[in-house]
Amino acid sequence: MLSRTAANLFWMTRYLERSETTARLLDLGFRNALLPNIGGGFRTEWSAILQSKGALQEFTDKYGELKQRNIESFLFFDLDNPSSVASCITAARENARIVRTALTTQVWDAINTSFQELKALSRRERSSLEVPELTDWTLRTAALIRGSIAATQLRNDGYRFMNLGYAVERADNTARLLDVKYYVLLPSVAYVGSGLDNYQWTTLLRALSAHRAYNWAYGGELSATQIAHFLILNPKFPRSLLSCCVEVNEHLDHLARMYDRSTTAQEAARKLLGELAEAKMADVFDEGLHEFLSRMIYENGRLAGCIVDQYLTGEAR
Amino acid sequence: MILTVLHKTRYEFAAPVRGIIQSLRLTPAKCEGQRVLDWSIDVPGATMSTPFRDGAGDYLQTVSLRAACDNIEITVSGRVETFDTAGILRGHRERVPPRAYLRGTIRTEPNRAIQDLVADALKGHEDAADLDRAHRLAAAVSQALPYTPGATDAHTTAAEAITAGAGVCQDHAQVLISCAHLAGMPARYVSGYLNATEDSSPHEASHAWAELYLDGLGWVGFDAANQCCPNDQYIRLGSGLDAQDAAPIRGLVSGGSAESLDVSVEIAAQEQRQQQ
Amino acid sequence: MAEQYFNEMYDGQGLRAPYQMLEGWYQNMPAEIRAVKQAEAEGLFRRYGITFAVYGEGGDPDRLIPFDMFPRVFTSDEWRKLERGIKQRARALNAFLSDVYDRGEIIRAGRIPADLVYRNEAYEIAVAGFRPPLGIFSHIVGIDLVRTGADQFYVLEDNCRTPSGVSYMLENREVMMRMFPHLFQENRVAPVDGYARLLKRTLDSVAPEKCERDPKVVLLTPGHYNSAYYEHSFLADLMGIELVEGQDLFVEGDFCWMRTTEGPQKVDVIYRRIDDAFLDPLCFRPDSALGVPGLMNVYRSGGVTICSAPGAGVADDKAIYTYVPEMVRFYLGEAPILENVPTWQCAKPDELKYVQENIADLVIKEVHGSGGYGMLVGPKSDKATIETFAAKLAANPSNYIAQPTLALSTCPTFVEEGIAPRHVDLRPYCLVGRDIELVPGALTRVALTEGSLVVNSSQGGGVKDTWVIAEE
Repeated sequence: MLSRTAANLFWMTRYLERSETTARLLDLGFRNALLPNIGGGFRTEWSAILQSKGALQEFTDKYGELKQRNIESFLFFDLDNPSSVASCITAARENARIVRTALTTQVWDAINTSFQELKALSRRERSSLEVPELTDWTLRTAALIRGSIAATQLRNDGYRFMNLGYAVERADNTARLLDVKYYVLLPSVAYVGSGLDNYQWTTLLRALSAHRAYNWAYGGELSATQIAHFLILNPKFPRSLLSCCVEVNEHLDHLARMYDRSTTAQEAARKLLGELAEAKMADVFDEGLHEFLSRMIYENGRLAGCIVDQYLTGEAR
Repeated sequence: MILTVLHKTRYEFAAPVRGIIQSLRLTPAKCEGQRVLDWSIDVPGATMSTPFRDGAGDYLQTVSLRAACDNIEITVSGRVETFDTAGILRGHRERVPPRAYLRGTIRTEPNRAIQDLVADALKGHEDAADLDRAHRLAAAVSQALPYTPGATDAHTTAAEAITAGAGVCQDHAQVLISCAHLAGMPARYVSGYLNATEDSSPHEASHAWAELYLDGLGWVGFDAANQCCPNDQYIRLGSGLDAQDAAPIRGLVSGGSAESLDVSVEIAAQEQRQQQ
Repeated sequence: MAEQYFNEMYDGQGLRAPYQMLEGWYQNMPAEIRAVKQAEAEGLFRRYGITFAVYGEGGDPDRLIPFDMFPRVFTSDEWRKLERGIKQRARALNAFLSDVYDRGEIIRAGRIPADLVYRNEAYEIAVAGFRPPLGIFSHIVGIDLVRTGADQFYVLEDNCRTPSGVSYMLENREVMMRMFPHLFQENRVAPVDGYARLLKRTLDSVAPEKCERDPKVVLLTPGHYNSAYYEHSFLADLMGIELVEGQDLFVEGDFCWMRTTEGPQKVDVIYRRIDDAFLDPLCFRPDSALGVPGLMNVYRSGGVTICSAPGAGVADDKAIYTYVPEMVRFYLGEAPILENVPTWQCAKPDELKYVQENIADLVIKEVHGSGGYGMLVGPKSDKATIETFAAKLAANPSNYIAQPTLALSTCPTFVEEGIAPRHVDLRPYCLVGRDIELVPGALTRVALTEGSLVVNSSQGGGVKDTWVIAEE
């Protein structure tokens, strides 16, 4: 398939995944803001959220003070913010429009409709829109598109590139979310293991729609180690780094078979999977959670770079 | 006469580029004025296409480099036997109707000064034979633009050159084309090589001049820069509507960075063995 | 007033034969059903994504071209004559192109002035002497026709480069069949859906001689910001070929390659929807980022076929148009079946004089213009507009041609109060490859504003499904 087509499919799903993550972050901030004000209050929490997106500076430049309504606008509607839900959905729809013919009618319909609904939402009176409505809408839309892809797309190379986009982006997003919680969200080390700490862990799990899954898997007790394990190494949790990496490997293997050609992308993916499959939480904490996550974000980015070089530029032979 | 050519063009890039593609017009075609004895184009590391001849009779060849690189060097070398045909292009296989060369480009678009130049040069000779009028125009251009390296650059148009009142062979050729069009004569830009001898005024070895299509004679070369018609000191590479269109090398760099260009051309007359 | 125009449904004698089935259809359609159907049609178009960006209008880039549900109908007899005329014209235009890039016999014979051809901007020196595969330059010829009487058609202009709009012909039919299936059961409407297959076959048939396998055909688009992008994507999809942009292709050695996820793949035929000037920055405009550097070298050495061939535009220039009947006689030795609209060349002093004296009755167009821009419709313009235009004409007469204001036929069209006659034109798409093909259908454009003669979609025109009733 045309490299540019593959690139558009890859980026389309990356943007879709990213819009979902932004919505989840918005939800996380909203829930945290409902918490009684301890040590710095919601302002620091919102700033942590923005920091995780690398967008704090941009926000303060544009809006100044951290007001919740502004943050909501910034994260959801602001087209100047490249990772706002609106920006991501607009970009994904543009990618989709370029490769219309590589998508089934259902998938195009789902993406195009979400774009039209987004336009309708942005025309509505802002005060009539509460955060839960916005995040629910985003998650529902994301699920509809994901489902349409799963149910109707041919299992060809295009399908693989879409799923590679989803998986690569999701790994990145999970790592960032976890990193935010551990190093930024918590006001001070003194709070580790406190009620506030636990409340924040819970909201993080909730934001990942993983609250109940965690309880099933680990028996309901909250512990930083277990939550980190859940989000990094648990093969059953679909957002864990390991799950994402397994998926990346799966789709790359399909491509290697289909094209009868294995590349440095498969190599890099196998190496990363090897490490994650073997890793123990003790190793992770030995390295330092933040250091480990930073390295994962970097490795994952490098893997994405390999996929781009090997398949999406059309230069590789 | 037998002329030997060694022409090196080297592009250096400040930072590595992703790839380069060029269309070369660097092989002389056969006509009564010239015959290629041997000729080669060498571009290390590049893929070369099979050369083909376009409708104007020029040999074109595509050269490409599709890997990161920080320079490209084109080496042209060969020997050409040349004959003096008094500037007349004969025996040259081409398919473009001469009248197609009545059109101008941005680079040959006349301005008021060029119109005046033509009017003055042809005053009282409006009905003279084409050859006479062409010589008058070439002489007028030569006079209007004293040879001055550095006064103009590769992108200078005919109108700009005449305003500057100075130029190099490229400007002479483009202004002359502009004049010829005003006088109703098809005209085109020719690029090639010149073996500068002691008794002529030696201008660039990598050279350019104009060809005008004259009633009864066909295409005739006029080198306004040297106030003569091309003879056996000249090698003709190719033609076009203007300097850009007839450029020996037209290229495009992807992922471009600042480039520097180094060109060296050596032309020499080879000692000939006894004529047969 | 209405009687001065030929009404395709009701002529002097009453209901014309091809529309017999439709009278009952629209009369029995309650207004509320009509509104529902109209909304349904719009929904379908929007779903398919058929939109048309209007140049210089800003506004909504996803604007729909208005679709009128009332079909335009031809009998098979009417169509047969049109078909012969269209094919004849397409053959003559190609013969002309292949001649003027070769020996120029028609010029040597004094039948067309040399300067009109060789000094024409659209005459590409770069391809002089080059013969494309099968000698075909224009593979898709769009011929704009207007009707002024039961048997009277005029060719308004030829489009030899990249005529657009064929996706509307196909989608209009698709939508009509979904909304009014019974109409198609009751009428023997000849299908048009074979167009994509024929187009692909046409493109396959002009693959370079060097190509020794199933040719790889691609459609080259300027990109998704282009107003016709929908059509490009639609056609590529129907033909099952890649839709590429310049950046997807590159030249290496003697061939042109496509960047794919499996590495470079050789391309044999390029159906391009970008202008000559942008095709190759190493040959034409050096600032073009839409094209493929080096492409013209590959093309001219027989490594790839470009459809339509670079330089094909010299045949559809408005100044050349006058000579098309002459081409038919010269190359085919036949009498032209389709007539030209009488045309005055403003470049000629005596004709300019006539035009200036009669400017208020004439239509004046720019020689190189398109899309209904830069034209004056004398009888529909006020004094000030005419005076402004007259000044432009006087300043640069050779930039203009003039034609009489034609009494364009009308076709019933749905309006607020029911149906009303609106002016229409017709653009069929003739395919020229190893065979010459014309599907029984065309794009009908309709001027939706009462009394308007301008059918261009950029100026408030709409489209209709166009039927040819198959023979018993």
